[in-house]
Amino acid sequence: MTPLLQVKDVAKMYGARIGCTDVSFDLYPGEVMGIVGESGSGKSTLLNCLAGHLAPDRGEVVFDTRAEGPVDTVTMSEPARRMLGRTDWAFVHQHARDGLRMSVSAGGNIGERLMAVGDRHYGDIRARAADWLGRVEISDARIDDRPSAFSGGMQQRLQIARNLVTGPRLVFMDEPTGGLDVSVQARLLDLVRGLVREMGLSAIIVTHDLAVVRLLADRLMVMKDGHVVETGLTDQVLDDPQHGYTQLLVSSVLQV
Amino acid sequence: MSDYNFAYLDEQTKRMIRRAILKGLAVPGYQVPFASREMPMPYGWGTGGVQVSAATLTPEDTFKVIDQGADDTTNAVSIRKFFERTAGVATTEETEKASVIQTRHRIPEAELTEDQILVYQVPIPEPLRFLEPRETETRKMHALQEYGLMHVKLYEDISQHGAIATSYAYPVKVSDRYVMDPSPIPKFDNPKMEMAAIQLFGAGREQRIYAVPPYTSVVSLDFEDYPFEASKADHPCDLCAAEDSYLDEVILDDAGNRMFVCSDTDYCRSRREAGHVGRLGEEAAA
Repeated sequence: MTPLLQVKDVAKMYGARIGCTDVSFDLYPGEVMGIVGESGSGKSTLLNCLAGHLAPDRGEVVFDTRAEGPVDTVTMSEPARRMLGRTDWAFVHQHARDGLRMSVSAGGNIGERLMAVGDRHYGDIRARAADWLGRVEISDARIDDRPSAFSGGMQQRLQIARNLVTGPRLVFMDEPTGGLDVSVQARLLDLVRGLVREMGLSAIIVTHDLAVVRLLADRLMVMKDGHVVETGLTDQVLDDPQHGYTQLLVSSVLQV
Repeated sequence: MSDYNFAYLDEQTKRMIRRAILKGLAVPGYQVPFASREMPMPYGWGTGGVQVSAATLTPEDTFKVIDQGADDTTNAVSIRKFFERTAGVATTEETEKASVIQTRHRIPEAELTEDQILVYQVPIPEPLRFLEPRETETRKMHALQEYGLMHVKLYEDISQHGAIATSYAYPVKVSDRYVMDPSPIPKFDNPKMEMAAIQLFGAGREQRIYAVPPYTSVVSLDFEDYPFEASKADHPCDLCAAEDSYLDEVILDDAGNRMFVCSDTDYCRSRREAGHVGRLGEEAAA
């Protein structure tokens, strides 16, 4: 089986400081990969390099495209990379405001990606927007409301709908549950887990919340100071941490 | 005349503007930056159009200025006077006799010919501006032809109003490449943009010039199930009885009486001279 995404020795420097370095892994179709680490450990830098928002200084990010098979997205042309960003890739931001157009209605937000890939039938676009609102548990009576009238949890679910409407194969998530209270988090995680299984999505989830990766991720990568210090199956890493930092991380979780 | 250089601007400035115009004609719909000069009128009064006209005019030209179709409104009168004084060119109110026509918010009803140049005054040249505030991003979107966002605006129109409610400055795609703001002309005028005359657009404050060469395709954006419609008030002109011209609505009194008249004053006048009389035409003549 061809990996969906092959990351080979990716590094990003900020001047003399290390953003992230020596990162290599393969992601297979349907697999969910978690990246955990403390603030400043380079996990968001890595995610932005993988998603094409930042240009890495070194390394390859090879994506298995539908048309041409495995292609290095770092060296591919910008139009092609932006096209991937609208079709086969999705990016869920920590703050829904960064990923949504706040002055455009919920339906317009979901429809934007459809229109960006050439959909020009209003009725179809609206029907698919309504369908996706339903799938993320937002009443379709709110299709013409602006996201600014939505609660934080609803905004985050709307952002997910907006990203998944074009049927991407790889989803990047940057702290998708950050800033939400625990009951809303639980619903969101439940929803994401359902969508990932149902659509056979691959996902890379960056978080500092170990509970999120325990629920969603098949595999786990622990980062510290720009380096990957431990990788493995999620349960294995969390239940039997080998590296000193991972042991600290696991033991730092508050028990209720 | 004449302590001014011909048409007010110095020759180097006109040369710079002509280069921008030529580039604009070579890449239809592309917004060419130019070093817009301070003109002796406020921004929003046609400083861009005036600079394009100044660079386009020759001493042999006949010049016409319209504002919302009318030759006799403040903006039109002051710009016409400006060029009478600084260029000494002949001016006219008749569309057919003009070789350069500067316009604000209308295209004349009479069909333009290959010997004419139409200069538009443009307030905001970037059609994506209110959807994407970053200039760096909109330039990239133009470069990569990422125009999905333009349809988001039309989608919002339909979802809020049940139809595409954008009635002026209706976005068009030029020569199947660039999406362009046609300046705030009513969408009734959009189909006329595929014409024989050269169309030049000047935005003074925003420092952009763009152009549509003769016989270039200009397609108004729409949805398959909500096609573009060139709409106008459903009335004949009350002065000249024209059914095919764009109309202004004029309130007559407090009792709800109103009249519809051609916004193109030259078209209306020539029709009345040819003997056409509308509903209120007799009273107006008296």
